[in-house]
Amino acid sequence: MSQLICRELSLGYEGKEIIRNLSFHVDAGDYLCIVGENGSGKSTLMKTILGLRKPMKGEILTGDGLVSKEIGYLPQQTVVQKDFPASVKEIVLSGFQGRCGLRPFYTREEKRAALDNIRKMGIEDLKNRCYRELSGGQQQRVLLARALCATRKMLLLDEPVAGLDPLVTADMYSLISSLNKNEGITIIMISHDISAALKYATHILHISDELFFGTRSQFAESKAGKRLSQMKGGGD
Amino acid sequence: MEEMISRLGVFFQMPFVRYAFIVGVLIALCSSLLGVTLVLKRFSFIGDGLSHVAFGAMAVAAVVGLTNNMFIVMPITIISAVLLLRTGTNTKIKGDAAVAMISVGALAFGYLLMNKFPTSANVSGDVCTTLFGSTSIITLKEGDVWFCAVLSLIVVLAFIFFYHKIFSVTFDETFARATGTRANLYNLIIAIIIAVIIVIAMNLVGSLLISALVIFPALSAMRVFKSFKSVTICSAFLSVCCAALGILISILANTPVGATIVIADIVAFGIFTLIGGFKSGFKS
Repeated sequence: MSQLICRELSLGYEGKEIIRNLSFHVDAGDYLCIVGENGSGKSTLMKTILGLRKPMKGEILTGDGLVSKEIGYLPQQTVVQKDFPASVKEIVLSGFQGRCGLRPFYTREEKRAALDNIRKMGIEDLKNRCYRELSGGQQQRVLLARALCATRKMLLLDEPVAGLDPLVTADMYSLISSLNKNEGITIIMISHDISAALKYATHILHISDELFFGTRSQFAESKAGKRLSQMKGGGD
Repeated sequence: MEEMISRLGVFFQMPFVRYAFIVGVLIALCSSLLGVTLVLKRFSFIGDGLSHVAFGAMAVAAVVGLTNNMFIVMPITIISAVLLLRTGTNTKIKGDAAVAMISVGALAFGYLLMNKFPTSANVSGDVCTTLFGSTSIITLKEGDVWFCAVLSLIVVLAFIFFYHKIFSVTFDETFARATGTRANLYNLIIAIIIAVIIVIAMNLVGSLLISALVIFPALSAMRVFKSFKSVTICSAFLSVCCAALGILISILANTPVGATIVIADIVAFGIFTLIGGFKSGFKS
């Protein structure tokens, strides 16, 4: 039984379809990379998976014990957050808000779990620092710790390395990879970075005029995969 | 000095000056609470917009001849707040433009009504009071005072109850929504709380100066403090101090209450900016 099944999805804006007839599924422990050009509909797909918007056609099912609001999410950073006065601890703790319902305060277990996640991300010494004073990579770790509070099963990452320098990018990728391998968390990641996708992912969804979904090795054999890795090779 | 104290003593012997003082402080407390949220959501001017709406609604109430104008003012202001905050993110007319439109429109409408259908001989005096607040604290009516006190308590309790939800919706609405927080509901609650604050604060500082009461304490606190909790607590504390100081000075120096409180807030902002600058060593 898959954790997430998308069946014959059509997505788009104001009656115009940008993705047509997309089907794929994600099993527990998979690492799926969604690649494609700007404007191909990657972010729209992600928002649809998260239930922030409705597909025009088709359906999204969750299974294997996963409830749709238990999907952790690492969004791209917003302008508001750039000058938000908030400590790392407050932000990470807010990952539990979804399960609070009307309960006004966090429980002691939630506070402890938040600290655990902060530790897992290696930012324990920053826990009382102000979010806006951290570096880009540290901020991503904070948001990742928050996402871990919202889920134990599946993480959706939207361009997690955008704007980070190469060293921090490599750190981030290995951190995500260790969450996938050691904690057994299913990863769905949107990325521009084909080489990283080919290095870490188990499955690849390529969105362009022709949709491709399959394992990493299938993708490397496919027309689009060959073209992209050639382009990559030619570029270096 | 002794003369000042005896003058204060005379004033504070009148029971409703004491009430008004307490209520002024309560209003200041409430209005500072949501300041951080509004500043960060880029809605600093919603206070102005809504208070002008309330001004228009008051004009309507006066013309219709209602004795208790809250029955008109409160619902109209709440509805406007809900419309402004929910359309702010997702429409053709963006947040600031929508606020400006509603604010100016309601102001013109209200003034037109008050001018064409005067309820008392002194129209400009009436308008001035609604725009800048009571000229002296002792013109507050006792009914207003109790009304404010009850609503302030409700606002503070609601804020404490929804504190963490307001935080997560302000910090990252998309994430909150995606992980199952009912962001729309909490945005609605934020809008209602703001509208209530605006209506009760109008009595104290008038509709033109409300933004100052909402925004200044939050901005001052953000200069110095780094976490949401400390900023919120500091801005509440600061707002209360400035309001108390402003009311006392206005009694002593016989100045308009609203304007005096706002000046106190501005001075506090200057001081906090300096402190913040010293703390970070003028780096940025």
